[in-house]
Amino acid sequence: MKNYKTIVLSNQEISPGYFRMRILAPGYDEISQAGQFVMFRVQRALPPLLRRPFGIFRTGFLPPDCDGMAPKEFIEIVYKVVGLGTEIMQELHQGDQIELLGPLGRGFYLGDPDEEKILVGGGIGLVPLYMLAEKLENRAKTRLLMGGRTRDDIITVTEFERLGVETYVSTEDGSLGEEGLVTRVLERKLEKYPNATVYSCGPMPMLDAVQQICRRHNAPLQVSLEALMACGVGACLGCVVKGVGHSDKNPQYLCTCKDGPVFHAEQLDWSRLEDQQQECGGCN
Amino acid sequence: MSENRTVKKESGLCPRMDVEVAGIKFRNPVMPASGTFGYGQEYAPYLDLNQLGAIVTKGLSLDPKAGNPTPRIAETTGGMLNAIGLQNVGVDAFINQKMPFLEQFDTPIIVNFFGNTAEEYAEVAARLNDVPTVAALEMNISCPNVKHGGIVFGTEPQAAFDVVSLVRKRLDKPLIVKLTPNVTDIRVTARAVEDAGADAISLINTLTGMAVDVKTRRPRLANQIGGLSGPGIRPVAVRLTHQVVQTVKVPVIGIGGIFRAMDALEFLIVGAKAVQVGTANFVDPNAMEQIILDLKAFCIEEGIEDINELIGSLVL
Repeated sequence: MKNYKTIVLSNQEISPGYFRMRILAPGYDEISQAGQFVMFRVQRALPPLLRRPFGIFRTGFLPPDCDGMAPKEFIEIVYKVVGLGTEIMQELHQGDQIELLGPLGRGFYLGDPDEEKILVGGGIGLVPLYMLAEKLENRAKTRLLMGGRTRDDIITVTEFERLGVETYVSTEDGSLGEEGLVTRVLERKLEKYPNATVYSCGPMPMLDAVQQICRRHNAPLQVSLEALMACGVGACLGCVVKGVGHSDKNPQYLCTCKDGPVFHAEQLDWSRLEDQQQECGGCN
Repeated sequence: MSENRTVKKESGLCPRMDVEVAGIKFRNPVMPASGTFGYGQEYAPYLDLNQLGAIVTKGLSLDPKAGNPTPRIAETTGGMLNAIGLQNVGVDAFINQKMPFLEQFDTPIIVNFFGNTAEEYAEVAARLNDVPTVAALEMNISCPNVKHGGIVFGTEPQAAFDVVSLVRKRLDKPLIVKLTPNVTDIRVTARAVEDAGADAISLINTLTGMAVDVKTRRPRLANQIGGLSGPGIRPVAVRLTHQVVQTVKVPVIGIGGIFRAMDALEFLIVGAKAVQVGTANFVDPNAMEQIILDLKAFCIEEGIEDINELIGSLVL
Protein backbone atom coordinates (compact mmCIF):
# COMPACT_ATOMS: atom_id res chain seq x y z
CA MET A 1 0.00 0.00 0.00
CA LYS A 2 1.38 3.32 -1.07
CA ASN A 3 0.48 6.96 -0.67
CA TYR A 4 2.18 9.37 -3.03
CA LYS A 5 1.78 12.28 -5.41
CA THR A 6 1.82 11.38 -9.05
CA ILE A 7 0.72 12.65 -12.45
CA VAL A 8 -2.04 12.04 -14.93
CA LEU A 9 -0.80 10.49 -18.18
CA SER A 10 -4.08 10.77 -20.09
CA ASN A 11 -7.76 11.40 -19.43
CA GLN A 12 -10.30 10.78 -22.18
CA GLU A 13 -14.05 10.60 -22.50
CA ILE A 14 -14.82 7.11 -23.83
CA SER A 15 -18.63 7.27 -23.76
CA PRO A 16 -20.90 10.18 -22.84
CA GLY A 17 -20.17 10.90 -19.17
CA TYR A 18 -17.58 8.11 -18.80
CA PHE A 19 -13.87 8.85 -18.66
CA ARG A 20 -10.79 6.69 -18.75
CA MET A 21 -7.75 8.02 -16.92
CA ARG A 22 -4.22 6.71 -16.99
CA ILE A 23 -2.02 7.58 -14.02
CA LEU A 24 1.70 7.04 -13.47
CA ALA A 25 1.75 4.48 -10.64
CA PRO A 26 5.14 2.99 -9.77
CA GLY A 27 4.90 -0.28 -7.89
CA TYR A 28 1.31 -1.14 -8.81
CA ASP A 29 1.70 -3.78 -11.49
CA GLU A 30 3.26 -6.35 -9.22
CA ILE A 31 1.06 -5.91 -6.17
CA SER A 32 -2.40 -5.05 -7.54
CA GLN A 33 -5.06 -7.75 -7.42
CA ALA A 34 -8.09 -7.76 -9.68
CA GLY A 35 -10.91 -6.07 -7.76
CA GLN A 36 -8.76 -3.74 -5.67
CA PHE A 37 -9.27 0.02 -5.67
CA VAL A 38 -7.39 3.28 -5.18
CA MET A 39 -8.31 6.55 -3.54
CA PHE A 40 -7.67 9.86 -5.25
CA ARG A 41 -7.21 13.31 -3.94
CA VAL A 42 -7.86 15.41 -6.98
CA GLN A 43 -6.61 18.72 -5.68
CA ARG A 44 -5.05 20.03 -2.51
CA ALA A 45 -7.44 22.94 -2.29
CA LEU A 46 -10.88 22.36 -0.82
CA PRO A 47 -13.40 21.19 -1.80
CA PRO A 48 -13.79 18.28 -2.24
CA LEU A 49 -12.48 17.37 1.17
CA LEU A 50 -12.40 13.60 1.03
CA ARG A 51 -10.62 11.30 -1.36
CA ARG A 52 -12.70 9.36 -3.85
CA PRO A 53 -12.52 5.58 -4.33
CA PHE A 54 -12.13 4.07 -7.82
CA GLY A 55 -11.77 0.47 -8.92
CA ILE A 56 -8.59 -0.32 -10.82
CA PHE A 57 -9.41 -1.05 -14.47
CA ARG A 58 -5.96 -2.34 -15.37
CA THR A 59 -2.26 -1.91 -14.75
CA GLY A 60 0.48 -1.84 -17.35
CA PHE A 61 3.74 -0.42 -18.61
CA LEU A 62 4.39 2.35 -21.09
CA PRO A 63 7.01 1.31 -23.63
CA PRO A 64 10.44 2.70 -22.76
CA ASP A 65 11.31 6.06 -24.30
CA CYS A 66 14.04 6.28 -26.94
CA ASP A 67 16.31 7.65 -24.23
CA GLY A 68 16.62 4.20 -22.71
CA MET A 69 14.76 5.02 -19.50
CA ALA A 70 12.95 2.20 -17.71
CA PRO A 71 9.36 1.49 -18.80
CA LYS A 72 6.84 3.55 -16.85
CA GLU A 73 4.28 1.71 -14.76
CA PHE A 74 0.69 2.97 -14.85
CA ILE A 75 -2.81 2.18 -13.68
CA GLU A 76 -6.00 2.98 -15.51
CA ILE A 77 -9.34 3.79 -13.97
CA VAL A 78 -12.67 4.34 -15.67
CA TYR A 79 -15.10 6.67 -13.97
CA LYS A 80 -18.51 8.18 -14.48
CA VAL A 81 -19.02 11.88 -13.81
CA VAL A 82 -21.58 11.97 -11.03
CA GLY A 83 -20.58 14.64 -8.54
CA LEU A 84 -18.16 17.27 -7.41
CA GLY A 85 -15.05 15.06 -7.32
CA THR A 86 -15.52 13.53 -10.75
CA GLU A 87 -16.50 16.89 -12.25
CA ILE A 88 -13.08 18.17 -11.25
CA MET A 89 -11.41 14.97 -12.42
CA GLN A 90 -12.79 15.24 -15.94
CA GLU A 91 -10.95 18.54 -16.32
CA LEU A 92 -7.54 17.03 -15.53
CA HIS A 93 -4.94 16.84 -18.28
CA GLN A 94 -1.66 15.08 -18.92
CA GLY A 95 0.90 16.22 -16.38
CA ASP A 96 -1.60 17.34 -13.72
CA GLN A 97 -0.81 16.22 -10.20
CA ILE A 98 -2.98 13.96 -8.09
CA GLU A 99 -2.47 12.08 -4.85
CA LEU A 100 -2.88 8.35 -5.08
CA LEU A 101 -3.47 5.93 -2.20
CA GLY A 102 -3.57 2.21 -2.84
CA PRO A 103 -3.94 -0.47 -3.93
CA LEU A 104 -6.59 -1.00 -1.28
CA GLY A 105 -8.91 -3.77 -0.15
CA ARG A 106 -9.28 -7.41 -1.04
CA GLY A 107 -9.66 -8.44 -4.64
CA PHE A 108 -11.32 -11.37 -6.38
CA TYR A 109 -10.42 -14.94 -5.52
CA LEU A 110 -9.53 -16.48 -8.87
CA GLY A 111 -10.66 -19.97 -7.93
CA ASP A 112 -10.39 -23.30 -9.66
CA PRO A 113 -9.12 -23.12 -13.27
CA ASP A 114 -11.39 -26.01 -14.26
CA GLU A 115 -14.62 -24.12 -13.57
CA GLU A 116 -16.22 -21.99 -16.19
CA LYS A 117 -16.49 -18.34 -15.22
CA ILE A 118 -19.33 -15.92 -15.81
CA LEU A 119 -18.71 -12.24 -15.12
CA VAL A 120 -21.74 -9.96 -14.73
CA GLY A 121 -21.17 -6.21 -14.86
CA GLY A 122 -23.66 -3.36 -14.79
CA GLY A 123 -22.60 0.10 -16.02
CA ILE A 124 -19.57 1.40 -14.16
CA GLY A 125 -19.49 -1.99 -12.38
CA LEU A 126 -17.69 -3.34 -15.43
CA VAL A 127 -14.49 -1.61 -14.35
CA PRO A 128 -13.08 -4.07 -11.76
CA LEU A 129 -14.06 -7.00 -13.99
CA TYR A 130 -11.51 -6.14 -16.67
CA MET A 131 -8.44 -7.03 -14.66
CA LEU A 132 -10.28 -10.11 -13.45
CA ALA A 133 -11.05 -11.15 -17.02
CA GLU A 134 -7.39 -10.59 -17.90
CA LYS A 135 -6.31 -12.98 -15.12
CA LEU A 136 -9.04 -15.56 -15.74
CA GLU A 137 -8.90 -15.68 -19.50
CA ASN A 138 -5.82 -17.89 -19.73
CA ARG A 139 -7.00 -20.09 -16.86
CA ALA A 140 -10.60 -20.88 -17.63
CA LYS A 141 -13.41 -20.35 -20.12
CA THR A 142 -14.68 -16.87 -19.31
CA ARG A 143 -17.93 -15.25 -20.43
CA LEU A 144 -18.92 -11.67 -19.73
CA LEU A 145 -22.47 -10.37 -19.46
CA MET A 146 -22.56 -6.58 -19.78
CA GLY A 147 -25.64 -4.62 -18.78
CA GLY A 148 -26.65 -0.98 -18.82
CA ARG A 149 -29.60 1.36 -19.13
CA THR A 150 -28.61 2.48 -22.63
CA ARG A 151 -25.77 1.87 -25.08
CA ASP A 152 -23.82 4.69 -23.44
CA ASP A 153 -23.46 2.58 -20.31
CA ILE A 154 -21.83 -0.31 -22.16
CA ILE A 155 -18.22 0.74 -21.75
CA THR A 156 -14.89 -0.81 -22.76
CA VAL A 157 -16.57 -3.59 -24.71
CA THR A 158 -13.74 -3.64 -27.27
CA GLU A 159 -11.13 -4.10 -24.56
CA PHE A 160 -12.95 -7.10 -23.14
CA GLU A 161 -13.40 -8.63 -26.58
CA ARG A 162 -9.73 -8.13 -27.33
CA LEU A 163 -8.93 -10.33 -24.33
CA GLY A 164 -10.82 -13.13 -26.02
CA VAL A 165 -13.70 -13.07 -23.56
CA GLU A 166 -17.07 -14.17 -24.94
CA THR A 167 -19.19 -11.05 -24.47
CA TYR A 168 -22.98 -10.65 -24.27
CA VAL A 169 -24.54 -7.20 -24.15
CA SER A 170 -27.98 -6.23 -22.92
CA THR A 171 -29.52 -2.80 -22.39
CA GLU A 172 -32.76 -1.86 -20.69
CA ASP A 173 -33.86 0.26 -23.65
CA GLY A 174 -32.60 -2.15 -26.28
CA SER A 175 -30.28 0.43 -27.84
CA LEU A 176 -27.44 -2.10 -27.87
CA GLY A 177 -27.53 -5.89 -27.70
CA GLU A 178 -30.48 -7.69 -26.22
CA GLU A 179 -33.30 -5.64 -24.71
CA GLY A 180 -33.82 -6.26 -21.00
CA LEU A 181 -31.95 -6.83 -17.79
CA VAL A 182 -28.57 -8.49 -17.67
CA THR A 183 -29.86 -10.80 -14.98
CA ARG A 184 -32.17 -12.47 -17.48
CA VAL A 185 -29.13 -13.37 -19.55
CA LEU A 186 -27.43 -14.73 -16.44
CA GLU A 187 -30.40 -16.97 -15.75
CA ARG A 188 -30.09 -18.50 -19.24
CA LYS A 189 -26.33 -18.92 -19.04
CA LEU A 190 -26.49 -20.67 -15.70
CA GLU A 191 -29.00 -23.11 -17.12
CA LYS A 192 -26.58 -23.85 -19.92
CA TYR A 193 -23.40 -23.88 -17.79
CA PRO A 194 -24.56 -25.10 -14.37
CA ASN A 195 -21.04 -25.50 -12.95
CA ALA A 196 -19.95 -21.92 -13.59
CA THR A 197 -18.62 -19.58 -10.92
CA VAL A 198 -20.08 -16.07 -11.04
CA TYR A 199 -18.32 -12.75 -10.39
CA SER A 200 -20.37 -9.57 -10.33
CA CYS A 201 -20.18 -5.81 -9.83
CA GLY A 202 -22.88 -3.23 -10.38
CA PRO A 203 -25.73 -1.40 -8.69
CA MET A 204 -27.15 -2.98 -5.55
CA PRO A 205 -30.54 -4.06 -7.01
CA MET A 206 -28.67 -5.87 -9.78
CA LEU A 207 -26.31 -7.56 -7.31
CA ASP A 208 -29.25 -8.65 -5.21
CA ALA A 209 -30.95 -10.19 -8.26
CA VAL A 210 -27.68 -11.89 -9.28
CA GLN A 211 -27.34 -13.26 -5.77
CA GLN A 212 -30.86 -14.74 -5.83
CA ILE A 213 -30.28 -16.36 -9.21
CA CYS A 214 -26.94 -17.83 -8.11
CA ARG A 215 -28.49 -19.17 -4.95
CA ARG A 216 -31.23 -20.91 -6.94
CA HIS A 217 -28.62 -22.46 -9.22
CA ASN A 218 -26.18 -23.24 -6.43
CA ALA A 219 -23.55 -21.25 -8.26
CA PRO A 220 -20.65 -19.80 -6.23
CA LEU A 221 -20.70 -16.00 -6.37
CA GLN A 222 -18.29 -13.20 -5.57
CA VAL A 223 -19.53 -9.61 -5.59
CA SER A 224 -17.68 -6.32 -5.56
CA LEU A 225 -19.50 -3.63 -3.57
CA GLU A 226 -19.48 0.14 -3.70
CA ALA A 227 -19.91 2.29 -0.61
CA LEU A 228 -19.46 5.77 0.72
CA MET A 229 -16.14 5.91 2.53
CA ALA A 230 -13.87 8.53 4.01
CA CYS A 231 -10.56 6.77 4.68
CA GLY A 232 -10.32 3.58 2.58
CA VAL A 233 -8.20 1.82 5.21
CA GLY A 234 -10.74 0.56 7.77
CA ALA A 235 -10.59 3.43 10.26
CA CYS A 236 -13.67 5.58 9.68
CA LEU A 237 -16.21 2.72 9.65
CA GLY A 238 -18.34 4.71 7.23
CA CYS A 239 -18.52 1.95 4.59
CA VAL A 240 -19.66 -1.03 6.68
CA VAL A 241 -22.03 -3.73 5.41
CA LYS A 242 -23.80 -6.33 7.52
CA GLY A 243 -22.15 -9.71 7.52
CA VAL A 244 -24.06 -12.94 7.85
CA GLY A 245 -25.36 -13.51 11.39
CA HIS A 246 -25.32 -9.79 12.20
CA SER A 247 -27.43 -8.55 15.09
CA ASP A 248 -27.27 -5.57 17.43
CA LYS A 249 -26.07 -7.84 20.23
CA ASN A 250 -23.53 -9.57 18.05
CA PRO A 251 -22.39 -7.02 15.46
CA GLN A 252 -20.88 -8.60 12.37
CA TYR A 253 -20.09 -5.53 10.34
CA LEU A 254 -17.62 -5.80 7.50
CA CYS A 255 -15.72 -2.84 6.09
CA THR A 256 -16.25 -2.53 2.34
CA CYS A 257 -12.81 -0.92 2.07
CA LYS A 258 -10.78 -3.41 4.05
CA ASP A 259 -12.70 -6.68 4.26
CA GLY A 260 -13.94 -6.08 0.69
CA PRO A 261 -14.71 -4.58 -1.73
CA VAL A 262 -14.97 -8.17 -3.01
CA PHE A 263 -16.98 -10.55 -0.87
CA HIS A 264 -18.14 -14.11 -1.27
CA ALA A 265 -21.93 -13.88 -1.41
CA GLU A 266 -22.27 -16.11 1.65
CA GLN A 267 -20.30 -13.63 3.79
CA LEU A 268 -23.07 -11.04 3.55
CA ASP A 269 -26.49 -10.62 5.12
CA TRP A 270 -28.47 -10.07 1.92
CA SER A 271 -31.79 -9.58 3.68
CA ARG A 272 -30.62 -6.21 4.89
CA LEU A 273 -28.13 -5.26 2.26
CA GLU A 274 -30.34 -3.59 -0.26
CA ASP A 275 -31.90 -1.01 2.04
CA GLN A 276 -28.64 -0.12 3.74
CA GLN A 277 -26.67 0.55 0.60
CA GLN A 278 -27.28 3.79 -1.16
CA GLU A 279 -26.49 4.92 -4.64
CA CYS A 280 -22.84 5.66 -4.26
CA GLY A 281 -22.86 7.74 -7.41
CA GLY A 282 -23.81 10.97 -5.72
CA CYS A 283 -20.70 11.03 -3.60
CA ASN A 284 -18.06 10.69 -6.25
CA MET B 1 19.56 13.40 5.73
CA SER B 2 18.89 16.74 4.10
CA GLU B 3 16.30 17.35 6.80
CA ASN B 4 18.82 16.86 9.57
CA ARG B 5 21.14 19.24 7.91
CA THR B 6 18.48 21.95 7.77
CA VAL B 7 17.56 21.37 11.37
CA LYS B 8 20.96 21.15 12.98
CA LYS B 9 23.54 22.94 10.96
CA GLU B 10 21.96 25.75 9.05
CA SER B 11 19.87 27.09 11.90
CA GLY B 12 22.18 26.11 14.70
CA LEU B 13 19.34 24.75 16.83
CA CYS B 14 17.02 21.79 17.08
CA PRO B 15 13.84 22.87 18.82
CA ARG B 16 12.46 20.87 21.71
CA MET B 17 9.10 19.48 20.71
CA ASP B 18 8.14 17.49 23.80
CA VAL B 19 5.21 18.55 25.96
CA GLU B 20 3.73 17.22 29.18
CA VAL B 21 0.03 16.78 29.86
CA ALA B 22 -1.27 15.42 33.17
CA GLY B 23 2.12 13.94 34.01
CA ILE B 24 2.51 12.12 30.67
CA LYS B 25 5.39 13.10 28.44
CA PHE B 26 4.66 13.30 24.72
CA ARG B 27 7.56 13.54 22.26
CA ASN B 28 5.56 16.16 20.39
CA PRO B 29 2.11 17.71 20.82
CA VAL B 30 0.45 15.86 17.88
CA MET B 31 -1.85 12.86 18.30
CA PRO B 32 -4.87 11.45 16.47
CA ALA B 33 -8.42 12.25 17.55
CA SER B 34 -10.40 9.26 18.76
CA GLY B 35 -12.47 7.59 16.07
CA THR B 36 -10.30 8.74 13.18
CA PHE B 37 -7.38 6.40 13.71
CA GLY B 38 -9.06 3.06 14.39
CA TYR B 39 -7.01 1.07 16.88
CA GLY B 40 -3.75 2.33 15.39
CA GLN B 41 -3.12 -0.77 13.30
CA GLU B 42 -5.11 0.57 10.34
CA TYR B 43 -2.59 3.37 9.79
CA ALA B 44 0.60 1.50 10.66
CA PRO B 45 1.32 0.67 6.97
CA TYR B 46 1.41 4.39 6.18
CA LEU B 47 3.06 6.09 9.07
CA ASP B 48 5.48 5.34 11.86
CA LEU B 49 3.48 5.30 15.08
CA ASN B 50 6.72 6.02 16.93
CA GLN B 51 6.71 9.53 15.49
CA LEU B 52 3.42 10.53 17.09
CA GLY B 53 3.03 12.31 20.40
CA ALA B 54 0.50 9.69 21.44
CA ILE B 55 -1.92 7.14 20.01
CA VAL B 56 -5.59 7.72 20.81
CA THR B 57 -7.87 4.75 20.18
CA LYS B 58 -11.43 4.50 18.97
CA GLY B 59 -13.94 4.84 21.83
CA LEU B 60 -14.61 1.66 23.77
CA SER B 61 -17.66 0.48 25.66
CA LEU B 62 -18.25 -2.36 28.09
CA ASP B 63 -19.87 -4.57 25.43
CA PRO B 64 -19.19 -4.55 21.68
CA LYS B 65 -21.34 -1.98 19.93
CA ALA B 66 -22.87 -2.32 16.47
CA GLY B 67 -23.17 1.37 15.68
CA ASN B 68 -25.69 3.07 13.41
CA PRO B 69 -27.18 1.98 10.08
CA THR B 70 -25.63 3.31 6.86
CA PRO B 71 -25.22 5.83 5.31
CA ARG B 72 -23.04 6.94 8.16
CA ILE B 73 -21.03 9.69 6.50
CA ALA B 74 -21.76 12.63 4.22
CA GLU B 75 -19.32 15.16 2.84
CA THR B 76 -20.24 18.82 3.25
CA THR B 77 -18.47 21.98 2.16
CA GLY B 78 -15.29 22.16 4.21
CA GLY B 79 -16.16 19.20 6.35
CA MET B 80 -17.95 15.91 6.82
CA LEU B 81 -20.86 14.68 8.86
CA ASN B 82 -20.62 11.33 10.56
CA ALA B 83 -22.96 9.21 12.58
CA ILE B 84 -20.96 6.04 13.05
CA GLY B 85 -22.61 5.44 16.40
CA LEU B 86 -19.51 4.41 18.35
CA GLN B 87 -19.14 1.00 16.70
CA ASN B 88 -16.39 -0.77 18.64
CA VAL B 89 -15.14 -4.21 19.67
CA GLY B 90 -15.76 -3.72 23.39
CA VAL B 91 -13.21 -3.16 26.14
CA ASP B 92 -12.25 -6.80 26.74
CA ALA B 93 -11.65 -7.59 23.07
CA PHE B 94 -9.66 -4.37 22.85
CA ILE B 95 -7.39 -5.35 25.74
CA ASN B 96 -6.89 -8.89 24.42
CA GLN B 97 -6.73 -8.32 20.68
CA LYS B 98 -5.76 -4.72 20.00
CA MET B 99 -3.44 -3.72 22.85
CA PRO B 100 -0.64 -6.21 22.03
CA PHE B 101 -0.12 -4.52 18.66
CA LEU B 102 -0.01 -1.03 20.20
CA GLU B 103 2.38 -2.13 22.94
CA GLN B 104 5.16 -2.63 20.37
CA PHE B 105 5.51 1.11 20.02
CA ASP B 106 7.31 3.51 22.26
CA THR B 107 4.38 5.93 22.18
CA PRO B 108 1.93 6.64 25.01
CA ILE B 109 -1.43 4.94 24.45
CA ILE B 110 -4.51 6.95 25.37
CA VAL B 111 -7.66 4.84 25.41
CA ASN B 112 -10.93 6.60 24.71
CA PHE B 113 -14.04 5.15 26.39
CA PHE B 114 -17.71 5.75 27.09
CA GLY B 115 -20.70 4.11 28.75
CA ASN B 116 -24.48 4.03 28.59
CA THR B 117 -24.73 4.65 32.32
CA ALA B 118 -22.42 6.18 34.91
CA GLU B 119 -21.77 2.69 36.32
CA GLU B 120 -20.79 1.44 32.89
CA TYR B 121 -18.31 4.31 32.50
CA ALA B 122 -16.77 3.38 35.84
CA GLU B 123 -16.60 -0.32 34.97
CA VAL B 124 -14.83 0.27 31.64
CA ALA B 125 -12.39 2.63 33.37
CA ALA B 126 -11.68 0.05 36.06
CA ARG B 127 -10.88 -2.63 33.48
CA LEU B 128 -8.51 -0.32 31.61
CA ASN B 129 -6.93 0.76 34.88
CA ASP B 130 -5.58 -2.78 35.23
CA VAL B 131 -3.66 -2.59 31.94
CA PRO B 132 -0.19 -1.25 32.80
CA THR B 133 0.61 -0.18 29.22
CA VAL B 134 -2.34 2.21 29.00
CA ALA B 135 -0.89 5.67 29.68
CA ALA B 136 -4.14 7.56 30.20
CA LEU B 137 -7.86 7.42 29.53
CA GLU B 138 -9.91 9.87 27.53
CA MET B 139 -13.51 9.90 28.64
CA ASN B 140 -16.08 10.70 25.96
CA ILE B 141 -19.00 12.52 27.51
CA SER B 142 -19.89 14.13 24.26
CA CYS B 143 -20.82 11.79 21.42
CA PRO B 144 -23.78 13.30 19.61
CA ASN B 145 -24.74 10.12 17.78
CA VAL B 146 -26.00 7.75 20.41
CA LYS B 147 -29.28 7.81 22.27
CA HIS B 148 -28.10 6.91 25.74
CA GLY B 149 -25.13 8.22 27.66
CA GLY B 150 -22.62 10.36 25.85
CA ILE B 151 -24.23 13.67 25.17
CA VAL B 152 -26.48 13.61 28.27
CA PHE B 153 -23.44 13.59 30.50
CA GLY B 154 -21.75 16.24 28.42
CA THR B 155 -24.56 18.77 28.33
CA GLU B 156 -25.74 18.74 31.93
CA PRO B 157 -23.01 20.04 34.27
CA GLN B 158 -24.28 18.13 37.29
CA ALA B 159 -24.44 14.87 35.34
CA ALA B 160 -20.92 15.55 34.01
CA PHE B 161 -19.66 16.18 37.53
CA ASP B 162 -21.25 13.00 38.86
CA VAL B 163 -20.03 10.65 36.15
CA VAL B 164 -16.48 12.03 36.16
CA SER B 165 -16.39 11.78 39.99
CA LEU B 166 -17.49 8.16 39.82
CA VAL B 167 -14.84 7.27 37.22
CA ARG B 168 -12.20 9.18 39.17
CA LYS B 169 -12.76 6.91 42.18
CA ARG B 170 -12.07 3.78 40.14
CA LEU B 171 -9.07 5.09 38.19
CA ASP B 172 -5.45 5.74 39.17
CA LYS B 173 -4.32 6.70 35.67
CA PRO B 174 -4.54 10.24 34.32
CA LEU B 175 -8.07 11.09 33.15
CA ILE B 176 -8.74 13.33 30.16
CA VAL B 177 -12.37 14.37 29.67
CA LYS B 178 -13.52 15.21 26.14
CA LEU B 179 -16.14 17.94 25.91
CA THR B 180 -18.93 18.64 23.46
CA PRO B 181 -19.29 22.06 21.83
CA ASN B 182 -23.07 21.60 21.68
CA VAL B 183 -23.77 23.52 24.88
CA THR B 184 -24.70 27.09 25.76
CA ASP B 185 -21.58 27.80 27.80
CA ILE B 186 -18.73 25.31 27.64
CA ARG B 187 -16.97 26.97 30.60
CA VAL B 188 -19.64 25.61 32.95
CA THR B 189 -19.02 22.01 31.80
CA ALA B 190 -15.25 22.53 31.90
CA ARG B 191 -15.41 23.72 35.51
CA ALA B 192 -17.69 20.83 36.47
CA VAL B 193 -15.30 18.16 35.13
CA GLU B 194 -12.28 19.90 36.62
CA ASP B 195 -13.98 19.99 40.02
CA ALA B 196 -14.81 16.29 39.62
CA GLY B 197 -11.13 15.43 39.27
CA ALA B 198 -10.30 15.46 35.54
CA ASP B 199 -6.54 15.74 34.98
CA ALA B 200 -6.97 17.30 31.54
CA ILE B 201 -9.69 18.42 29.15
CA SER B 202 -9.83 17.75 25.42
CA LEU B 203 -12.14 19.65 23.08
CA ILE B 204 -14.01 19.87 20.81
CA ASN B 205 -15.99 16.83 19.83
CA THR B 206 -18.06 17.30 16.63
CA LEU B 207 -20.74 19.95 16.19
CA THR B 208 -24.16 18.45 15.54
CA GLY B 209 -25.39 18.96 12.01
CA MET B 210 -27.71 17.70 9.32
CA ALA B 211 -27.66 17.46 5.54
CA VAL B 212 -30.52 16.68 3.17
CA ASP B 213 -30.47 14.97 -0.22
CA VAL B 214 -32.66 17.34 -2.22
CA LYS B 215 -33.67 14.74 -4.80
CA THR B 216 -34.85 12.04 -2.41
CA ARG B 217 -35.71 14.66 0.28
CA ARG B 218 -34.21 12.35 2.85
CA PRO B 219 -31.53 13.10 5.42
CA ARG B 220 -28.14 12.12 4.00
CA LEU B 221 -27.38 10.17 7.17
CA ALA B 222 -29.49 7.21 8.27
CA ASN B 223 -29.25 8.60 11.80
CA GLN B 224 -30.68 11.89 10.45
CA ILE B 225 -28.24 14.03 12.39
CA GLY B 226 -24.52 13.59 12.82
CA GLY B 227 -21.34 15.26 13.99
CA LEU B 228 -19.65 17.83 11.80
CA SER B 229 -15.85 17.76 11.61
CA GLY B 230 -13.18 19.11 9.29
CA PRO B 231 -11.56 22.44 8.48
CA GLY B 232 -14.89 24.31 8.54
CA ILE B 233 -15.28 23.92 12.30
CA ARG B 234 -11.80 25.09 13.27
CA PRO B 235 -12.58 28.71 14.22
CA VAL B 236 -15.33 27.47 16.54
CA ALA B 237 -12.91 24.99 18.09
CA VAL B 238 -10.18 27.60 18.56
CA ARG B 239 -12.64 29.97 20.25
CA LEU B 240 -13.88 27.25 22.62
CA THR B 241 -10.34 26.08 23.40
CA HIS B 242 -9.41 29.67 24.22
CA GLN B 243 -12.40 30.03 26.55
CA VAL B 244 -11.69 26.79 28.37
CA VAL B 245 -7.98 27.56 28.76
CA GLN B 246 -9.00 30.86 30.38
CA THR B 247 -11.40 29.06 32.73
CA VAL B 248 -9.63 25.97 34.10
CA LYS B 249 -6.23 25.19 35.60
CA VAL B 250 -5.87 21.68 34.14
CA PRO B 251 -4.14 21.30 30.76
CA VAL B 252 -6.23 21.43 27.62
CA ILE B 253 -5.87 19.43 24.38
CA GLY B 254 -7.23 21.24 21.33
CA ILE B 255 -9.20 19.44 18.61
CA GLY B 256 -11.14 20.61 15.57
CA GLY B 257 -10.35 20.79 11.87
CA ILE B 258 -6.57 20.63 12.14
CA PHE B 259 -5.19 19.85 8.68
CA ARG B 260 -1.85 21.65 8.69
CA ALA B 261 0.82 22.80 11.14
CA MET B 262 -0.55 26.35 10.94
CA ASP B 263 -3.89 25.06 12.22
CA ALA B 264 -2.24 23.21 15.11
CA LEU B 265 -0.31 26.37 16.01
CA GLU B 266 -3.53 28.34 16.49
CA PHE B 267 -4.58 25.92 19.22
CA LEU B 268 -1.15 25.91 20.88
CA ILE B 269 -0.98 29.70 20.87
CA VAL B 270 -4.37 30.05 22.58
CA GLY B 271 -3.04 27.70 25.23
CA ALA B 272 -3.65 24.06 24.28
CA LYS B 273 -0.76 21.87 25.49
CA ALA B 274 -1.32 19.39 22.69
CA VAL B 275 -3.57 18.87 19.69
CA GLN B 276 -5.53 16.04 18.12
CA VAL B 277 -5.81 15.56 14.38
CA GLY B 278 -9.02 13.90 13.17
CA THR B 279 -10.64 14.17 9.77
CA ALA B 280 -7.28 15.02 8.17
CA ASN B 281 -6.18 11.39 8.76
CA PHE B 282 -8.96 10.22 6.44
CA VAL B 283 -7.91 12.63 3.72
CA ASP B 284 -4.20 11.93 4.02
CA PRO B 285 -2.85 9.03 6.08
CA ASN B 286 0.44 10.94 6.40
CA ALA B 287 -1.17 14.16 7.64
CA MET B 288 0.17 13.97 11.21
CA GLU B 289 3.68 13.20 10.02
CA GLN B 290 3.64 16.33 7.87
CA ILE B 291 2.18 18.46 10.66
CA ILE B 292 4.94 17.37 13.05
CA LEU B 293 7.65 18.17 10.48
CA ASP B 294 6.13 21.54 9.69
CA LEU B 295 5.72 22.45 13.37
CA LYS B 296 9.42 21.85 13.81
CA ALA B 297 10.20 23.90 10.72
CA PHE B 298 8.05 26.74 12.04
CA CYS B 299 9.95 26.76 15.35
CA ILE B 300 13.25 26.92 13.49
CA GLU B 301 12.10 29.75 11.25
CA GLU B 302 10.79 31.72 14.20
CA GLY B 303 13.85 31.00 16.34
CA ILE B 304 11.84 29.14 18.95
CA GLU B 305 13.96 26.69 20.95
CA ASP B 306 11.16 24.97 22.82
CA ILE B 307 7.63 24.53 21.53
CA ASN B 308 6.36 25.17 25.05
CA GLU B 309 7.31 28.84 24.49
CA LEU B 310 4.49 28.98 21.97
CA ILE B 311 1.85 27.46 24.20
CA GLY B 312 -0.42 30.16 25.59
CA SER B 313 1.57 32.89 23.89
CA LEU B 314 -1.55 34.59 22.50
CA VAL B 315 -1.12 38.35 22.29
CA LEU B 316 -4.24 40.26 23.29
